[in-house]
Amino acid sequence: MLVDLSQVAENEYGLKRENNAMDGIHDLGGKAGFGTVEVEDDEPYFHESWESRVFSMVVNLGDNTDRFRHAVERIDPISYLSDTYYGRWLGGLETKLVEDGFVTQREISEHMRANGISDEGRVAARPSEHISKENKSQNSEQYYNTPRPASSEPRFQLGQTVRAVPTGSDGHTRLPAYVRAKKGEIVAQHGEWIFPDSHAHGLGEMPQNLYTVAFSGGELWGLHLEEKTEVRIDLFETYLMELQDE
Amino acid sequence: MSNSYVGLRAEALESLLIEKGLIKSDQIDQTISLYNERVGPMNGARVVAKAWKDPEYKKRLVEDGTGAIEEFGFVGGQIEKLVVVENSDSVHNVVVCTLCSCYPWAVLGLPPRWYKDPAYRSRVVKEPRKVLEEMGTTLPKDKTVRVWDSSAEIRYMVLPQMPPEWSDLSESDLAERVSRDSMIGVELLGLDCSA
Repeated sequence: MLVDLSQVAENEYGLKRENNAMDGIHDLGGKAGFGTVEVEDDEPYFHESWESRVFSMVVNLGDNTDRFRHAVERIDPISYLSDTYYGRWLGGLETKLVEDGFVTQREISEHMRANGISDEGRVAARPSEHISKENKSQNSEQYYNTPRPASSEPRFQLGQTVRAVPTGSDGHTRLPAYVRAKKGEIVAQHGEWIFPDSHAHGLGEMPQNLYTVAFSGGELWGLHLEEKTEVRIDLFETYLMELQDE
Repeated sequence: MSNSYVGLRAEALESLLIEKGLIKSDQIDQTISLYNERVGPMNGARVVAKAWKDPEYKKRLVEDGTGAIEEFGFVGGQIEKLVVVENSDSVHNVVVCTLCSCYPWAVLGLPPRWYKDPAYRSRVVKEPRKVLEEMGTTLPKDKTVRVWDSSAEIRYMVLPQMPPEWSDLSESDLAERVSRDSMIGVELLGLDCSA
């Protein structure tokens, strides 16, 4: 059973569940239609100066990777695909800074106009009016999602066949759609880690066991595609169930 | 000054944050310098070259990547846990992050654009052979392709196979030849790339 975030949706976010569901544009694994991979030779780390500024602002102002990722996931989906990576980061950064009460979008627009620039354009950020910094008190001051001393025995053993749960959670999750309901094998145990699904919503760390699970290409995509491929992915304990649970 | 709307908005946000005293301009500059100059694939290449030359080190690296890179004292790009996956005659490893763009900054620096774009993220878990072939690397049919989707905070780096013709090179010469793409797993090293 995944953590029930419906309460969060009602109380903290004031959003309808379907609006907060995170099967968003960011969950790209297995999606079709994006064409070939375009490689740029001798690519610089940053193509434009603003990209490096956005990168640095995120690194310097970051206080919770999971909340930042969730903010990026909630940006305008058209912007997500068209603004490139650091444009997505800008959308996430702006969302988070507004929600935390540091800036308002009106102030950003005023700054643009003061510089003689029209503020008419597609704004990626989608801050929620219902999130405020005070509601984040259940998280510690932990920026990085770190391993925790083991306090519970892992429920799943090495070599065990498990199935990923068939549904996602209402908010942030690190269970991508393409492995849901698929059968895989536990190939590594990593001890307890902060649970992003709760940490991203200010609900505390709720540490739980993390595993690497191997899924065969045939299980994920059918046998007609490519032979001898597999995906290994790190999944939290509540993303998984025993086969006899079915 | 930027010409794009996104760039202009980024500049407005930066000036607002500076005005509010939330960040300083030189703090922004320093981080950019660090990542432009000191964090990059040359770090991972040193690790790979050492592993090729020193079997004991390679053993430690594959068992405990986090511990094995500590002695290099890399600065920036904190990694909580690094797992190094070794390519062999039977298994080829390739790394992706389908949900965002997680990447082992400490050893590879900041990722290239293609790693963060939808095409790579959507396709490499589903048809890795085809994606690699389009990128110039054909893998033998009898080799298992293992795709690592970095969905939590563990970061993955590929330990490529050393081309036999490089066996007489020094560790520092080897480090210069290890490419970023070989450590992501989208390239094989050496003359006979498609063997």
